[in-house]
Amino acid sequence: MDYQVIAFWLLSFITLGSALSVVFFTNIVHSALALIVTFLGIAGIYLTLHADFLAAVQVLVYAGAISILIVFGIMLITRGDGKMAETNLFGKYKYTAAIVVTTLFGVISYFIIRTPWSIETAALSENTIGDLAEILLADYVIPFELAAILLTVAMVGAIVIAREVKNPK
Amino acid sequence: MLVQYTIIGILFLGALAFGAFTIILSRLLQPHRPYPEKLETYECGIKTQGTAWVQFKTSYFLYALVFLVFDIETIFLYPWAVKFQSLGLFAIIEMFIFLIILIIGFWYAWKEGALEWR
Repeated sequence: MDYQVIAFWLLSFITLGSALSVVFFTNIVHSALALIVTFLGIAGIYLTLHADFLAAVQVLVYAGAISILIVFGIMLITRGDGKMAETNLFGKYKYTAAIVVTTLFGVISYFIIRTPWSIETAALSENTIGDLAEILLADYVIPFELAAILLTVAMVGAIVIAREVKNPK
Repeated sequence: MLVQYTIIGILFLGALAFGAFTIILSRLLQPHRPYPEKLETYECGIKTQGTAWVQFKTSYFLYALVFLVFDIETIFLYPWAVKFQSLGLFAIIEMFIFLIILIIGFWYAWKEGALEWR
């Protein structure tokens, strides 16, 4: 077997296993830690697809920043000593969730099976970051600057909400 | 390219093996004679009060938010830093506009006291 195939199976096993642990752990902090492993597994899958910059972004943003945000979110909750059942208000809709998830799984699987996956034979770029820089700073200038505005708006919005929580009127 | 990254996988396995090895070895070697006082949470000899699960200040969350924004900014800076010599003056101006927009957000956070510890 090819190295790439072995790496893919190993990484998908880690990713799916830790994703299942996120759902099945009863302590919410353990779930958050398992989520970080899931993010790292996805970063590994990006590496097998030769998307090394995307993998670095995945590690920095998801495994680094998003998981910190989630852990801080958990730290701000005081209910029930981190027991998942007491913090999840929607836990009782078991059958509704089963129907929704099965339907979603069916729809996604249907489109995956229907899509004609063509294999690109062109040589892959060795310098993905350099190519990305040229595209981002030449052809996609407006979306690039819009990303800055989006980040600023998101930060201002979050501060407005958090200030309201901090000093309630 | 993938072969270069297998070294990271080996590092992960090594780290995992080291952690597992130390825990299992100490489990095998240690004497096991627990009594209630020994099993108590250590807090400088004072009796513990309540649980470890206390509510943290929202200030932590604001720090995390500002960190997240500037983390993403770093990711946009990275491709530019790799290629800025060949991209020329226009790219530098673009990056300055990008940074100024984000600094406005940072100035707002500063002004609103999001970074103050109260």
